[in-house]
Amino acid sequence: MLRYISKRLLYILMTLFLIVTVTFFLMRAAPGGPFSSEKQVPPEIEKNLNEFYGLDRPWYNQYFDYLVSIAKWDFGPSFKYKGQTVNDLINEGFPVSFFLGMESLLLAISIGVLLGIIAALNHNKWQDYTAMVLAVLGISVPSFIMASILQYFLAIKLGLFPVARWESLQHTVLPALALAATPMAFIARLTRSSMLEVLSNDYIRTAKAKGLSRGQITVKHAVRNALLPVVTYLGPLSAQILTGSFVIEKIFGIPGLGSHFVTSISNRDYTTIMGVTVFYSILLLVAVLLVDIAYGFIDPRIKLAGGKKGE
Amino acid sequence: MEKLLEVKNLEVSFQTYGGEVQAVRGVSFHLNKGETLAIVGESGSGKSVTSQTIMRLIPTPPGKIKSGQIIFNGEDLVKKTDKEMEQIRGKEIGMIFQDPMTSLNPTMKVGHQIMEVLIKHQKMSKSAAKERAIELLRLVGIPMPEKRVNQYPHEFSGGMRQRAMIAVALASNPKLLIADEPTTALDVTIQAQILELMKDLQKKTGTSIIFITHDLGVVANVADRVAVMYAGKIVEMGTVDEIFYDPRHPYTWGLLASMPSLDSDDQTELAAIPGSPPDLTNPPKGDAFAPRNPYAMKIDFEMEPPMFKVSDTHYAATWLLHPDAPKVEPPEAVKKRLRKLSSNYEKPVVVKESE
Repeated sequence: MLRYISKRLLYILMTLFLIVTVTFFLMRAAPGGPFSSEKQVPPEIEKNLNEFYGLDRPWYNQYFDYLVSIAKWDFGPSFKYKGQTVNDLINEGFPVSFFLGMESLLLAISIGVLLGIIAALNHNKWQDYTAMVLAVLGISVPSFIMASILQYFLAIKLGLFPVARWESLQHTVLPALALAATPMAFIARLTRSSMLEVLSNDYIRTAKAKGLSRGQITVKHAVRNALLPVVTYLGPLSAQILTGSFVIEKIFGIPGLGSHFVTSISNRDYTTIMGVTVFYSILLLVAVLLVDIAYGFIDPRIKLAGGKKGE
Repeated sequence: MEKLLEVKNLEVSFQTYGGEVQAVRGVSFHLNKGETLAIVGESGSGKSVTSQTIMRLIPTPPGKIKSGQIIFNGEDLVKKTDKEMEQIRGKEIGMIFQDPMTSLNPTMKVGHQIMEVLIKHQKMSKSAAKERAIELLRLVGIPMPEKRVNQYPHEFSGGMRQRAMIAVALASNPKLLIADEPTTALDVTIQAQILELMKDLQKKTGTSIIFITHDLGVVANVADRVAVMYAGKIVEMGTVDEIFYDPRHPYTWGLLASMPSLDSDDQTELAAIPGSPPDLTNPPKGDAFAPRNPYAMKIDFEMEPPMFKVSDTHYAATWLLHPDAPKVEPPEAVKKRLRKLSSNYEKPVVVKESE
């Protein structure tokens, strides 16, 4: 197990190196720069700025310097937010996005799995149809419309929750719901189809022949086997949700990490682009690793290579 | 002999898009205590549906028990609710399935799958159930049961999984064990071992067994009595000797003739029954076997034959037993085995409907 994890960590480092390199050069290849905006900056000032941020040095110097600093977990100063480093941006934004993301992840998983199970157990009955209509709505309604609907009905009309801003737990409910809608619907559909497949298996008939009740069969024999596809989906999903959503954060006025992904690119804020990309990649790679480890626990047939039996 | 199970005129059908499939069309048989009854027939003859109906395991809908009774221990299982059946499944009746590769839950330890039965039906504690599970694994001939009890099905071979399945089925000492083609998915040496094991366990526990198979070789080995099924009906039923040495139904002849035997040399060809079983969405008028039957007479296409009683224990549904029927010779392969059985009646007697 330990060998497996250390091997995977090595791969993660190699992947990160590739991501850093590709992003670095792609970014430089895009036309424009951090200081080219509508307002003309006098050439002398631009020269000074470039000098200050080291942009006048040859690309290989910049690249290797960046590699060294990133190894020290230093993403450098932001070009756009004066006096702030990219580390500051992440340290401020990520806890907010993380909290919101966790909340919606929990919502999406618990309600999604529950809906999926109910739908599968009542295959082709009204419960199934209701859950699947909800799921199709959840997948096809974009999050900004979902957010506006929630704000309009739950906040403005009924006054149950505040409309926007990030202050108390109450403020987190609506954005978490809006963020959770799509993955919840997706998880519900995944769980349903995978439950239906599992329920048609021979060992479910064996469980029935043992005299177990429907509930016991579902909980002990079906759900665990049905969750594998859902867990697979959770890896990329959690990385995506935990780093925040541009749309949701804009609509609800949440000071999260999500907006930096979009604005840093249009700003050509080189260091911020690099910083958030690397940060997102790390989260994604770790999430995928966790999913792979979780496989081994859920399904004993999956042996992690490098583990005690995989040699 | 005391009857443990009596199935009376059972009819089961399935509602499909193509129409109503009449899988079981009026099956009656009984099973005595401690006895082994083999139900033989080709795929689609309704033997598995019959056995799963006894356990009430057929999915309803699309399946439906249209009529009939299943008297088990004096109670009619057809009338039981699902909740009441939970107290019978696994406790009073155990079941072994065809494919040991897929019949065990891959993500649950084998021991745990046995313990489940004990905890549910014997109200055992976890530790007591585990002790008993180890004992059961030893009983079904699995070496090192203390270690095996904590392993998963994928760490077992096919034969061992079937042994584990038997342990699951026998965990709470059921009065009846239904084995639905338990050796079909196994290779021949393992087959023999599993059959030995089942016979051995039956001697120890006194369980009655319904053994479903399409392999007549297996039947001769394990059964006391045999019921031959075709197109959802029992066409012939008798003791093993009666079926093997004095078969009366042309379908049974066909089955016996298509069985290789040790003294057949490389010159004799194996006989096959021509054609394929009828579509049970529209069961044919008359005898369902008639279109494939070289001995079929006109009446076979018009009217279903009644049950004739050849001896106290031997029944066959064929017009050939009617006093007016012409005398016919069974195929060569069957003729070689024929023996005079002293228990036979002077003449076959028609069984009245009410019986």
